[in-house]
Amino acid sequence: MGSTIIEKILARAGERAAVKPGEIVEAKVDLALANDITAPIGIAEFEKAGFERVFDPAKVVLVPDHFTPNKDIKAAAQSKILRDFARRHGLEHYWEVGRVGIEHVLLPEQGLVSPGDVIVGADSHTCTYGALAAFSTGVGSTDFAAAMAWGRIWLRVPESIKFVYHGRLGRHVVGKDLILHTIGLIGVDGALYQAMEFTGEAVETMGMDGRLTMCNMAIEAGGKCGVVGYDETTKEYLSGRAKRPGTVFASDADAEYARVVEVDADAVPPTVSKPHLPSNTAPATELAGVEIDQVLLGSCTNGRLEDLHQAAMVLRGRTVHPRVRLVVLPGSQQVCLEAIADGTMKTLIEAGAAFSTPTCGACLGGHMGVLAAGERAVATTNRNFVGRMGHVESEVYLANPYVAAASAVAGHIATPEMIGVGE
Amino acid sequence: MQFEGTVHKYGRDVDTDVIIPARYLNTSDAAELASHCMEDIDPEFVRRVRSGDIIVADENFGCGSSREHAPLAIKTAGVACVVAASFARIFYRNAINSGLPIVVCPQAAYEAQSGDRLRVDVAGGRVENVTRGAVYEAVALPLFMQELIARGGLLPYVKSRLDEEAARG
Repeated sequence: MGSTIIEKILARAGERAAVKPGEIVEAKVDLALANDITAPIGIAEFEKAGFERVFDPAKVVLVPDHFTPNKDIKAAAQSKILRDFARRHGLEHYWEVGRVGIEHVLLPEQGLVSPGDVIVGADSHTCTYGALAAFSTGVGSTDFAAAMAWGRIWLRVPESIKFVYHGRLGRHVVGKDLILHTIGLIGVDGALYQAMEFTGEAVETMGMDGRLTMCNMAIEAGGKCGVVGYDETTKEYLSGRAKRPGTVFASDADAEYARVVEVDADAVPPTVSKPHLPSNTAPATELAGVEIDQVLLGSCTNGRLEDLHQAAMVLRGRTVHPRVRLVVLPGSQQVCLEAIADGTMKTLIEAGAAFSTPTCGACLGGHMGVLAAGERAVATTNRNFVGRMGHVESEVYLANPYVAAASAVAGHIATPEMIGVGE
Repeated sequence: MQFEGTVHKYGRDVDTDVIIPARYLNTSDAAELASHCMEDIDPEFVRRVRSGDIIVADENFGCGSSREHAPLAIKTAGVACVVAASFARIFYRNAINSGLPIVVCPQAAYEAQSGDRLRVDVAGGRVENVTRGAVYEAVALPLFMQELIARGGLLPYVKSRLDEEAARG
C-alpha cells in the first residue's frame, strides 16, 4: 500500500521510512510562526520554562499582523513583546508595520514556504501553505514555544480525505466557492483531525491564489491541513521566490484514504456561507433579499492580488451603494504596490472603497471596520461565527471577491450577473 | 485527576470566538480573559460559574481559532474540566498543553443538562452523572499524551528531553 503526500512529508520530517495514520511522530520543523495575539503567551511560556535560545533564528518567524498598526495601548504592549524577542534572539524574519503583511499572504509571497516543509503556526489558518505541497498546521502558543525551543513538534499522522473536483469552474466561481461548497457538504467538523487533499481538474487548472484560499479554509472543516500536489503552477510560483529548494512529494496511486469525496466542480455556483457557521452554505443567487451594511474584501483568505483583481473587474465604472461601506484589507505591502501599479487600487478607491494597510483587522472584530448590533456584512474572510466581526448581534456572510464586490454595489447580496456585469 | 462539579451545558460547534471574543485578545492576562469567558454564548456564565464546575458540550468544542486564550480563560474562570462529544483539534492540543483537563465522552455529553452534578475521573476514563444515576466510559487519553501530562506538560517534557541530550553531549 502506498502513502499520501502528507504521510511522506511527515515520515521524512520524523526520520522514519514510512508512517501510517494514528502514529505519533516528532517532526522536524522548517518554520514556526506566531503573531501579535498568540506569540506573547508563547514567549512567556518559553521564558518561564527556562529556555534561552531558539533552535534556529532563521526558522522562527514573528508576524505582528492582527491588531497592527497598534489599535490601542494594550495591543501596542503585545507587539512590543514580539519586537523585543525578535531583536534579542536575532530572528531573521520579523517585519515592522510598513513591511509586514497578513502572515499567510506574506510568508508564501516572501518565498519562506517550500514544498515538503513542515510548518507549524500559532494561528489556525497556518494550513494555508499546503497549497505549496507542504504540511502546515495551526497550533497554540505553548506548541509554538516548544517548537521554538526544540525545532520539533509532536504530531499524530492524520488520515487523509481525497477531494476530487471534476470539470472546470463556471463564471465568477473560484477557489473560495469550491471550499465553501465543500465545507457545506461535509460540515465544520467533517474533516476533524484529518488532512484534506485537493485534486481534480478544477484544482489542477486553478492558479496559486485560489489554491491558497482553499487550503486556508481547511480548518473550517476541522481539518489538520489542506494540501495540493506539486505541479507546473507550483513550480512557476516558487521560481525566483523560494529561499530553500524544498523536497517534492506526491501521493502514490495506491495511497490509502479515509474517504474520497467527488464533487462536480462545474456545477458549483457562486456560494455564500450564511450566519453563523461556514458550513451554512447557499447559492448567492438565493440570497438577493439580504441587505447589507458593509463589505470586507481581503484577509488571509482572499487578500491576494488575484482577489483584488476580481473585485476591481466588478467595480470598474461602478460605485459602492450609498448605504454600504467597502473596506479593503490587502494581504501585504507587495499586494498594495502591485495594486497601485496596475490601477486596481485606483479602481477600488474610485468606486468608493476604503483601502486599509495590511492587517487582520475586522476579520476577527479587532479594528478597521468592526460591526455594530444589527449590522450585516458580506466578507471574503473565513469565519462567520457569532460576534466574529463585532457585536454579538451582527451577522457575517462569507463569499468570494466577485460576489463581495457585486454586493457592495447592489446593497444586498448579489452576483456580478445580477448587477449587469458581462452582459 | 478526579472532579465533581455542576454542569454548564452547551450544544455543538462552540467556537473560540464565543469562548473568548477577539476584542479581548489585546491582553494575555489570564484573570482579565477569564472575566469574559463564554461571554458571547452565555453572558451570565461568569456570574454563575463556581470553582470546580464542569463545562459539557456536544461535538466540535473549541472550533475555530488557535487562541490558547480559550482554554486559559476557561481554566482561570474556575472550570475543573470540559467534557464533550468531540473537541476541535487545536483546542484539544491547547487544553492538554495548558493543563485544562478534557474528556471525550459522547453519551455523557448528550445526556447531561445544566445543573446536573457530574463526577469525572480523567485518568480512569469514567464519567458519572450523579443527578441522573448514569455512568459512562470515556475515550482514554492516548499514551503519548498521558506521558506529557505525567512529565508536567509539553514544555517541561521538551526541557527535560533537551537537557538530557545536552548532558549526553
